[in-house]
Amino acid sequence: MTEYILQQIINAISLGSLYALVAVGLSIVFGVLRLTNFAHGDVMMVGAFTTVLLIGLGVPFIPAMACGIAGAALAGFLIERIAYRPIRNAPDVTRLLTSLAVTYILENMGILLFTSSPRNFPLPDILNSSWQLWDGALTFTNINLLTIALTFVSLIGLGWFITRTTVGLGMRAAAEDMSAAQLVGLDVNRLIVVAFIVASAYAGLAGVLWAAQAGVVQPQMGFTPLLKAFVAAIIGGFGSIAGALVGGYVLGALEIFIVAFLPDSVSSYRDAIVFAVLIAFLLVRPGGLLKPNREIKL
Amino acid sequence: MIGDKRVLFAILVACLLAAVVSYGAPMVLSDYFVRIILLIALNGILVLSLSLSNGFTGVFSLGHVGFIGAGAYVSGILSLPVQQKMSLLPHLPAVLNWFSLPFLPATIVAGLFTALLALIVGYPLMRLSGYFVSVATMGFLIIVNVVLINASDFTRGARTFTGVPLETTLPWVFGWLGVTLFVLAGLVYSPFGLAMKAVRDDTIAASAVGIGVLRARLLAFVIGAFFAGAGGSLYAHYLGSFSPNTFYFAMTMNLIAMLVLGGMGSLSGALIGVVCVSLLSEVLRSVERGFTLGGITVPALFGASQIVLGFIFILIMIFRPKGIMGDRELTFGFAKKSASPKSTATTPREG
Repeated sequence: MTEYILQQIINAISLGSLYALVAVGLSIVFGVLRLTNFAHGDVMMVGAFTTVLLIGLGVPFIPAMACGIAGAALAGFLIERIAYRPIRNAPDVTRLLTSLAVTYILENMGILLFTSSPRNFPLPDILNSSWQLWDGALTFTNINLLTIALTFVSLIGLGWFITRTTVGLGMRAAAEDMSAAQLVGLDVNRLIVVAFIVASAYAGLAGVLWAAQAGVVQPQMGFTPLLKAFVAAIIGGFGSIAGALVGGYVLGALEIFIVAFLPDSVSSYRDAIVFAVLIAFLLVRPGGLLKPNREIKL
Repeated sequence: MIGDKRVLFAILVACLLAAVVSYGAPMVLSDYFVRIILLIALNGILVLSLSLSNGFTGVFSLGHVGFIGAGAYVSGILSLPVQQKMSLLPHLPAVLNWFSLPFLPATIVAGLFTALLALIVGYPLMRLSGYFVSVATMGFLIIVNVVLINASDFTRGARTFTGVPLETTLPWVFGWLGVTLFVLAGLVYSPFGLAMKAVRDDTIAASAVGIGVLRARLLAFVIGAFFAGAGGSLYAHYLGSFSPNTFYFAMTMNLIAMLVLGGMGSLSGALIGVVCVSLLSEVLRSVERGFTLGGITVPALFGASQIVLGFIFILIMIFRPKGIMGDRELTFGFAKKSASPKSTATTPREG
């Protein structure tokens, strides 16, 4: 039983890391722009497809992944420049709809270029090899370890970036109060571009890791993680980076708990339970776990 | 408004036109065009029902298709012939498996069911605004989808639900479209409609002058859900077979695109949006299949039509965010006397 619980804890941390990575990007964009960026999941898809195509051309895994992250960052930059900047001061609903349209375009571009059937993710053997402890009672693969390690490293890097560098501090200032940041002379345009690039790079990393764990890439792959990351970000406190992190791991733990410890008749309703939790949070504690006082009602 | 002779005349003309189209079109036009007219009218019902909360009350719901799906399944279960019920849904509870309702009662029951569902769901959710109500209603849509897939005793799960009698004909759809339009126009251009728009344009000011914000939003949500459920039933009896994923994000995007293109604060705008998007996607779809023009063969590009639609959508958001009609109605000069106040100059903003 101990091994079983330990195994589920490892699964929860691995899944929670992925959710946290996606949710962090969503939260950065929401924090700076108050934009619920539905296109975030498709930026993940861009990162994953770039990586797969490069591996197919014979590029080793690590450089291919770096290029995938760069490709995702570029996609985020272009999306901001083309679609989001012209409507930056429009009403909430207009911006929400624009991001839905961007999703629609990117997903269909993916279908046009790669068809909607899934492709294999060519993971190097070393990452696929698994560790077996206690005669196989406890199993995890190197890609699980890599996911957890990269999440920790990249999030520590992000923490350094937003607390120690001028640009990062500016981003937080803009998230706090956009017009005040502008008044004290910060170049808000540049900060928003940086925020989008950083958020999209995280989406790219998350996309590669998600696809590597799933073993396949396909144009609609970003959709499920995006929805889950919304839940994670809102549970933690939408717009807060620490909140996204907490929310990601809480959601990962919740999902694994539902699947591992509840009877099948309940666990097949996993996604319904998760989104019911989301709705409950929006109603009862709209600021999430970390920001209980934010006012968003009526 | 009904007392006005010109309005009566307009309604009469509209009824006559609908009757001529619904009985005349199948004789004159090929099946393909009849199908397009039917789909336009059917989507018209769905988009009008969406416009009540999303357009007039300012509660941008992404979960409307959840009601459409629920309505489709409820009426499908009710109107499935008894023989089919035995073979397709063997585990259906005994209360439901010994009868089968005709089309109209099944549709009304579906509408009432979804209205009740909207009352239960909306009572807590209508307290939220802005992004948060959108995300929460999207959560509702996902929950409906998961329930439809898992409640396989009632819905055959993820497998296709078949055997629903194909009873949705042009007269039925135009009849329901007329009823929807009549009820919604009566509601939107009544004092209560003004309260709804006040809630949309400035929630705090509206509640300060004594408008019940929750009541206005909830009523719009529930009535919208009734017609969504009824429209879902029509859709079910048009398709004959469908699955839970028929009523999911693709349909949501499609309906929202129609509503936004036409104009979110206008009933005639919603219908114009439906016509424009339907015709445009029909044209794009035939282009997408590939064609030969002057010796040059353009290969099939699947997904291209959606990309074009997406770009058009973004351009509208940038250059004409209020859609084709904005808040105005197409009146053909009938409503000049009681012209609506000049509200088009100010853009509503959310707090």
